[in-house]
Amino acid sequence: MLEQIAEQIPLFFGYHNVIFILQAAGRTLGMTFAGCSVGFAFGFLIAVLRQTTGPVLFLPRLLGIAYVEIFRRIPFLVILFIVLFVIEPLMPGTSLFGIATVSVCLLSTAFLSEIIRSGLESVPMQQIEGAKVLNLNGLQTLFMVILPQSWKVILPPAAAFVVMFIKDTSLASQLGVIEMTFAGEMLVNRGFSPVLGFGVVLVCYFAMSYPLSRLAIRLEKRLEAS
Amino acid sequence: MKHLEIRGLSSAYGSVRVLRDVSLDAGKGEVVSLIGPSGSGKSTLLRVLIGLTPPTAGEVSIAGEKVNYRNRRSVKAVRDRMSIVFQQYNLFQNMTVLRNVTVAPIKIKKRPRAEAEEDAMSLLERVGMAERKDAYPDELSGGQQQRVAIARALATNPEILLLDEVTSALDPERVNEVLDTIRALTSEGITMLIVSHEMAFVREVSTRIAMMDEGRIVECGSPARIFDSPTKARTRDFVSKILKH
Repeated sequence: MLEQIAEQIPLFFGYHNVIFILQAAGRTLGMTFAGCSVGFAFGFLIAVLRQTTGPVLFLPRLLGIAYVEIFRRIPFLVILFIVLFVIEPLMPGTSLFGIATVSVCLLSTAFLSEIIRSGLESVPMQQIEGAKVLNLNGLQTLFMVILPQSWKVILPPAAAFVVMFIKDTSLASQLGVIEMTFAGEMLVNRGFSPVLGFGVVLVCYFAMSYPLSRLAIRLEKRLEAS
Repeated sequence: MKHLEIRGLSSAYGSVRVLRDVSLDAGKGEVVSLIGPSGSGKSTLLRVLIGLTPPTAGEVSIAGEKVNYRNRRSVKAVRDRMSIVFQQYNLFQNMTVLRNVTVAPIKIKKRPRAEAEEDAMSLLERVGMAERKDAYPDELSGGQQQRVAIARALATNPEILLLDEVTSALDPERVNEVLDTIRALTSEGITMLIVSHEMAFVREVSTRIAMMDEGRIVECGSPARIFDSPTKARTRDFVSKILKH
């Protein structure tokens, strides 16, 4: 086996293969970051919505809770297929990458919303009452008092979630998105050694997620210091 | 006309009635202290006044103007004239001392930053915290934090200052620095409502003292009357227990 691998290495790391692998890695990162960024934005909105009280926003609040509770309980693969079968007839010609990214958005919105919510709720009530009695309004309180104090609670689990999602996007290979895992499979089907093919895939996943984890740890330390 | 007038004020948390028909008033510049056992409604009274806990009945007027606690505008107007200092965790943890004191003047009263900072510095000077203007709250002792909290409460130029057990969470040796700060304020014409367990201090600075129990004002009078010749058994009992220590 080792002989076979040694023999295949020059061919495997040929120009076209390397480009192919990099493109696949790009799709994996693209799905993850585009999806999670949008998910963070929507998750933030839902989390803030859930902090409101009073009858005016009752329905949106209820919908927000329902969304989070439902989507956190659906496996990613199932979401992928639902999105595929909903979008396909509505907007024919949508790329599989687009469909997978939308799926990441849907799922990460639900999970990140919960992470953000627990961050917002970690700020002591006295801080919020302190803002109220100074006549700061809701948005001022949120952006000047609550959020700056929540980052250190939000960031570690949010970063862990994104790192985890880099791996989970491999499920999009089931749809036919040529991301990291599917690329490995294709190379193996072309006759390359599975150990070599998936070995490279493994290293790529590590190379994508490790720096992000390090970055998160550094940010966390900086937040703690402040 | 009384500066602060409270008539028949009641409040409840769910079915628990925490304030029952409380009436109390304070003239301009008067220092009225509320004493009584824990859970007697002292803090709730202050929370209702500043609009954090809704009243279920009764009336509050400031300088003759009736307050409508169901109306946001009216509550904002109250908070414009009234400040409160809580027991602890007052200061915004993510802001420096100076920023804590200037945030309301700049963001709410729309005053120019330079001017607000100048005023804030003189307030911090008064509470003896000027040299720590760039510190964050968690770098300060509890007593220092409370002194800054008092400066922040004064930064909006309130006519009425509410102090809710501001020394209860402090180390004993930090209590006096905060009491000294409050003592210095009592001669400045700000009407004050003080909730405190520091009986010697209360007796010294108050013009009147109200004894509360089970959501009611049991007795109200001059410090000498409340401490030396209370008429109600409940007051006598409370005062004698407290003064024994």
